[in-house]
Amino acid sequence: MSEHAETEHHINYVRVWAYLVVLLAISVAGPMLGHKVVTLITAFGIAVVKAVMVARNFMHINLARRYVTYLMMTMLVFMLLFFAGVSPDVMKLTGHNWIKPAWIEANAAADAAAAHGEAAHE
Amino acid sequence: MRPIATTRSAAGMPTGLLAVWWVIASEIVIFGGLLGSYIMYRLAHDAFAAAAAHTNTAIGATNTLVLLTSSLFAVLGHQAAEQGNGPKAGRYLLATFGGAMTFLIIKSFEWTHEIREGFTISSSGFWSFYYTAAGLHALHVIAGGVIMLFVAKDAFRNRELHRVELIGIYWHFVDIVWIFLFPLLYIAK
Repeated sequence: MSEHAETEHHINYVRVWAYLVVLLAISVAGPMLGHKVVTLITAFGIAVVKAVMVARNFMHINLARRYVTYLMMTMLVFMLLFFAGVSPDVMKLTGHNWIKPAWIEANAAADAAAAHGEAAHE
Repeated sequence: MRPIATTRSAAGMPTGLLAVWWVIASEIVIFGGLLGSYIMYRLAHDAFAAAAAHTNTAIGATNTLVLLTSSLFAVLGHQAAEQGNGPKAGRYLLATFGGAMTFLIIKSFEWTHEIREGFTISSSGFWSFYYTAAGLHALHVIAGGVIMLFVAKDAFRNRELHRVELIGIYWHFVDIVWIFLFPLLYIAK
């Protein structure tokens, strides 16, 4: 059993849960404003805040040995390395000595359809 | 004889607790890779946003509320176990299990509706990610629920109460994964 029981009991878990529910409501309501930046902040910014609150107050990661936090951070860094290494291949249509013909054709078709739609609208 | 998960503490904490943190570390890479890949495709293709418009935000939000509430029950169970009150911890774990079942029932209705609408795992890139990520998460919910029943059974008899904390930590991680899945699959449209 945890050696930090006394500290843990100072946390009002119901209050933490209430904050999490309020944050959930904000993350749902934010996108209704129709503003991209507000949506990003309310959806993903709040997700990070909620995750940290759960990790600290429910998982008590701050009361665990310091290396547990380092272990988790290391895994997150691995995730970022994976993203940085792979994303150029996934997100770009061309690179050094390679192209994605199917994607380029699909984009051209989508652009043509959009231009055709605009012309018909005019 | 007591198991080494309870008695040995070579790393400065009970081995069982260390094992749970280790499981979570590996899970971060599993879900991180999946969600990272989804984000790459989502940013590169507007078609993902169009497909995401078909997901039901109200259902996603309801399931988020269910998991947050079940996490509350799990940590209250841990608190009861710390106080040596096994039966109370067991009752909270059963309530957490109820949350897991509620989540899965809602998810099954949601998926049934989406499949009937023609959105299957092979419909498009978005739906492939949607069913894979949500499905993998649902498997973790099922595993957590089953383990929770075993831990609750012992807790009611005031046995192995340290396990209440271990399953709780796992359950909170399942909650955190959903906290990120929710905006990715239901809000970013």
